[in-house]
Amino acid sequence: MAEMAIRTEALTRDFAGVRAVDSLSLEVPAGIVFGFLGPNGSGKTTTIRLLLGLLEPTRGRAAVLGFDSQTEAAQIRERCGALLEHPGLYERLSAEDNLEFYGRVWRLSPDERRARSRELLTHLGLWERRREAVGTWSRGMKQKLAVARTLLHRPSLIFLDEPTAGLDPVAAAALREDLYELVAREGVTVFLTTHNLAEAEKLCAQVGVIRQGRLLAVGSPNDLRARTGGPRAEVVGRGFSPAVLAELRARPEVANVEAQDGHLSLELRGPVDLAPLTRLLIASGAEIEEVRKGKASLEEVFLTLVEEDQ
Amino acid sequence: MIADIWTIVWKDWKESFAAQGSRRGGLMRLLILVFVFGVFLPLQSGRAWVESPVVLIYWMWVPGFLVTGLVADAIAGERERHTLETLLASRMPDRAILFGKVLAAVGYGLGLTVVSLFLGLVTVNVAYGRSELLLYPPLTVAGGIGLGLLTAGLAASAGVLVSLRAATVRQAAQTLSIATMLVLFVPILALQALQKALPGVSAIEFTAFLETMNWAWVLLGAMGALALIDGILLVAGMARFKRARLILD
Repeated sequence: MAEMAIRTEALTRDFAGVRAVDSLSLEVPAGIVFGFLGPNGSGKTTTIRLLLGLLEPTRGRAAVLGFDSQTEAAQIRERCGALLEHPGLYERLSAEDNLEFYGRVWRLSPDERRARSRELLTHLGLWERRREAVGTWSRGMKQKLAVARTLLHRPSLIFLDEPTAGLDPVAAAALREDLYELVAREGVTVFLTTHNLAEAEKLCAQVGVIRQGRLLAVGSPNDLRARTGGPRAEVVGRGFSPAVLAELRARPEVANVEAQDGHLSLELRGPVDLAPLTRLLIASGAEIEEVRKGKASLEEVFLTLVEEDQ
Repeated sequence: MIADIWTIVWKDWKESFAAQGSRRGGLMRLLILVFVFGVFLPLQSGRAWVESPVVLIYWMWVPGFLVTGLVADAIAGERERHTLETLLASRMPDRAILFGKVLAAVGYGLGLTVVSLFLGLVTVNVAYGRSELLLYPPLTVAGGIGLGLLTAGLAASAGVLVSLRAATVRQAAQTLSIATMLVLFVPILALQALQKALPGVSAIEFTAFLETMNWAWVLLGAMGALALIDGILLVAGMARFKRARLILD
């Protein structure tokens, strides 16, 4: 059985009558990137605060790296890194001083502090600007520096709370790329909260979907796809008559058919040979431009789960 | 623990000297303070700056004034600039953060006071010494350092305590200003009330009585009272410093 980096049992937190986290039971294996997906206000940040011992649960318990979040929070924080809702950088100080401060906080030796700062800043393309006050930097650069600070002391587990939120697409993609490389190189366990499903799809080995504090599903992106819908086929073309749509729906290998603006979306039952279906469409007089097999995106899985919950 | 406290002090000093992102701006602010208290006021006061026991009021007031300006920013500033939660999510122990903040403020206030008083001594000697070396009396120096340390400690402990629960720096600064006014005016008003409460004692007689007092004992009493209040405020700060209650949304 895989070693668990995080294990929660019925973890619950109320704020003045509002339940932010509701009986959350979750296991995150060590050494993976775990995506915690949910819309704004779904309880993602509160969960991180509970796991780091920054908030006390109303009920339930959590163990992080084998330590209890209520009684051994100091040991948890000793071994973790966190990039929270805000970058948490001292904007009057330079990048170098920010890393120097956190290097001292984590009790790295002066040599280690210098070497590690240089390594991370160079990797993130910030070395040349290390002496500038961070307040003058772009949001993307600040976020990169915050990632460097999070990894500075080589933690076993890092919490990243929406690391690309508020960044433009180019900066977000660059940061995602850097994160992907750094995490792979450093071999840390990552607990990543996001509502960017493409990001989760790219980075995460496992994901959990949370809504209004409740965990709706957990598993690998492929597991979730399988659970919420089978393989799909997309057909682009014209002339899809109601008759042929009805004929398609009647076939045993087709679970559902939706037609919209010259685009036919088929939900299939298991692996299916598309040639007979394509022949059927052509025989009905439809003009086909493109046929492709596909699978539900994580976004579709997420929306299905949320709709089911509603 | 000592290393952790020093880490917080190091960071807080770096931040306050780099005011508004510019080290030159921070340095200028310091130089202005030192000039006002180390050159301008001594020149205005003349030899009395060194010889009069009234300078003790300066030793008391300046560190408190300097610390109050800095300490409102201690926790509330970190909260306002969204750096507090990241600091709390680190391994830094609660007490190291608390004592580090207090020590940074006390060191800043007392350090600047000592520098400006030394400069004041030089200024008065150069301007009014007439080839004679003027020095602060030993009681003034001992009392001044003790009182300065304790008033800086008082301002820092009270400031951190207020800052722990204030959502913004402005809110913390306003609360501290009210507290400072109370500390300044309550003793004066109390003395006035005491004089009025004594039957048949005129203001002149009361002042004459005050002048006959043994000021060394008064000084020791004041320092004892300040030390007690400092201790109480620090203990209260330690009791209120709870990570789970520091993150205000």
